[in-house]
Amino acid sequence: MKAHRHHKRGRSCIVLGALLLAAACVPGTDGSGAAGSQGAAATAVPDPGKAGKVTLTVWDQQTRGGANAQVERLNKEFEKKYPNVTVKRVARSFNDLKKTLKLALSGDNPPDVVQANQGYSDMVAFARAGMLTPLDSYAGLYEWNTRFPQTLLNLNRVSADGKRFGTGRLYGISQEGEYIGVYYNKKVLRKAGVEPPKTWQDLTGALPKLKKAGQLPVQFGNLDKYPAIHTFGVLQGQAAGSAEPVRETVFGRGKGFDTDATREAARTLADWAKKGYFPKGANGKGYDDAAKQFADGKGAFLITGTWQLADLRKPMGDDLGFMPPPPAAGQQPVTTGGEGLPWSITSKSDHPEVAAAYLDFLTDAHASKVMTEEGVLPVVPGEAARELDPDTAGGQMFAGWQKLNAADGLVPYLDYTTPTFYDTLSADLQGVLSGDLDPDGLAERMQKEYAKFRAQQRAENEDAK
Amino acid sequence: MSTGAATGTDPGATVEAEASARRGPTALRRFAARYRRQAPGEPRAVGYLYILPAMAVFGVFLLWPLGQTAWLSLLHWDGLTRATWAGADNYRHLLTDPELRAPFAHAAVLLLFYAVLPVAIGLLLTAALTRFRIRGMTFFRTVLFLPQVLAMVVVGVAWRAVLAPDGLLNDTLRTLGMGGLTRSWLGDHTWALPAVGSIGTWVETGLCLVLFLSGAQRIPRELYEAARIDGAGPVREFFTVTLPGLRAEIAVALTLTLVAALRNFDLIYITTSGGPGNATSVPAYEVYRRAFETGEVGSASAMGITLTAVIFALTMVVTRLVEGRRR
Repeated sequence: MKAHRHHKRGRSCIVLGALLLAAACVPGTDGSGAAGSQGAAATAVPDPGKAGKVTLTVWDQQTRGGANAQVERLNKEFEKKYPNVTVKRVARSFNDLKKTLKLALSGDNPPDVVQANQGYSDMVAFARAGMLTPLDSYAGLYEWNTRFPQTLLNLNRVSADGKRFGTGRLYGISQEGEYIGVYYNKKVLRKAGVEPPKTWQDLTGALPKLKKAGQLPVQFGNLDKYPAIHTFGVLQGQAAGSAEPVRETVFGRGKGFDTDATREAARTLADWAKKGYFPKGANGKGYDDAAKQFADGKGAFLITGTWQLADLRKPMGDDLGFMPPPPAAGQQPVTTGGEGLPWSITSKSDHPEVAAAYLDFLTDAHASKVMTEEGVLPVVPGEAARELDPDTAGGQMFAGWQKLNAADGLVPYLDYTTPTFYDTLSADLQGVLSGDLDPDGLAERMQKEYAKFRAQQRAENEDAK
Repeated sequence: MSTGAATGTDPGATVEAEASARRGPTALRRFAARYRRQAPGEPRAVGYLYILPAMAVFGVFLLWPLGQTAWLSLLHWDGLTRATWAGADNYRHLLTDPELRAPFAHAAVLLLFYAVLPVAIGLLLTAALTRFRIRGMTFFRTVLFLPQVLAMVVVGVAWRAVLAPDGLLNDTLRTLGMGGLTRSWLGDHTWALPAVGSIGTWVETGLCLVLFLSGAQRIPRELYEAARIDGAGPVREFFTVTLPGLRAEIAVALTLTLVAALRNFDLIYITTSGGPGNATSVPAYEVYRRAFETGEVGSASAMGITLTAVIFALTMVVTRLVEGRRR
């Protein structure tokens, strides 16, 4: 009898739980909360000085040395310029920010300014959910459209229906430029009797020579999975000869990845691994370990991003050289690259005008000067950059950036292509390096992933009609 | 008479109330009966009051999120925009999509390294250690238990360095003249999973050994003596005395290591991020990746719920079979 009573009580608990569950409504927003979708259509350059007492909460991921220093400096100067404004800064590492931003933005009291990563899983998703303010009217007022190159502004654009990346409304502006280049160790090259390469043929010709001289030709560690995407991007750019075809594909307008350039790049990658131009077992070596060993003199070349410059320059000094991937003879340089995480204004911000003024302050000519002084590559290098010694790695980095922009040679990161492209491509490239996936297989799998996402987008468009 | 009695405070009134409680079929009577008529020691309803605080915490921080996860697993949701109803879609994909099934297969392999091997090694060492006296036993016990004390992140970082292409393991192999065996342990499609698994074995063996040693100390000496008088050798002695004597400890060890194997996340995250390719992806890592990186909250929840069910089922099996508990 007693046992029976307990059973009954247990059942009523389950029923209660089920009721509570059913009461929990469907999570998420339908985007209709997008406050005044055009950022209240500002008509004149806002004056933050007249905004009264304002606290601007800013979430950024500029935690590394120079990047952190320049934000600190600029924040202080902004507060000095507008004493009524207090900038409350929350700095988190890239990964931490990426993981917490979604929750912060969907809350009732999000920060005013955030750094939201480009691509489908971040900026496009936020824009679609109506959590970011379009900046087009501010772009007009502050002349951002002429300040930045169009190809770079496009990286921060999302279509009005919140479905496509790289076109449509502007949702953020970036401070710094970045691209994948070739670091080289002058001492190691000298020992092997090899000149720093001027053309792509020079570079590929140097690899067997270095190997013969007992040097590791290209330092490389791919345990963290993403570095191969950068190396592959460089090879693919070389094989394609220009940035245009791959860039169009990343933005969903191109012919896709089933191309000769993809196959050739995969072939070269596998070939370098097989011939021992990469260290043995690169799939099992960490990215940071590889960079550290390169700094210690193990390896003639290291193919990675401009963000490594500050860390390599310290131990290597004048032995360090840097350049965009050298183009084939008579061609323009092409590489993977773009710009740092864009700074965006949230749609629930109470002070969008002050935030816009802050964004402008972070990216104007004065900011470029501060960034250059702190060793950061600004999107628009100013006077200070031109004064750098062109023979130092830093000077080479600035010169390379100018050249790449002039030649329109930047291909966006391949992982922007679809929301899951990073995962599939990084896993597949590990297969190419170990010889488990042949070039045809890679081209086929990349194309499949691309086509699947495009079909999905088209289906959604049909639904919308 | 029967109504006003309950408010009375003097002993006489109480007696009267009791008397009236026996007579009239009122709600008050039943209420009073609950507290006065039971035999001493029988459970009383007031017991629920005592567990209420714990239940509240349990409910708010465990049951409620679990229910929410179950609810999310029935939806398609990117974490931001309005979710749409998915029904059993997410679960169906778990069964049909080889990319979603693979993590569970990897987890099954890890079970071998995390649970079966440590228990087997622990038993073997226990059998040996109970037969011989070893000087400095406390010291060895501490050393063997140390991996349990270390944070998994520390373990992961250290082993990542050991297993690197030019790490300690390969260096040792080369010094021993076995250069042919060296490989990029974490970067090899075939060897990455066993490599990560052996880290697990390293971590869990100490726990098993310490559990078994303390259990073995409680086995009466007489049993061993009796076995020896009956002419049992070390093997027979192990199977007839030590193993049955350690039944409860084996159940505890298996439960702990099973759970550790299945919810393995930190080690994978630190050492391989699921690579090379997807050779070491496991359910817990997939849940994290889908929920926080690729915005497939529904699919991640379905995977989490399934993982919970698998862990629950396996621990039930362990308690029933090994511990021999019927209820």
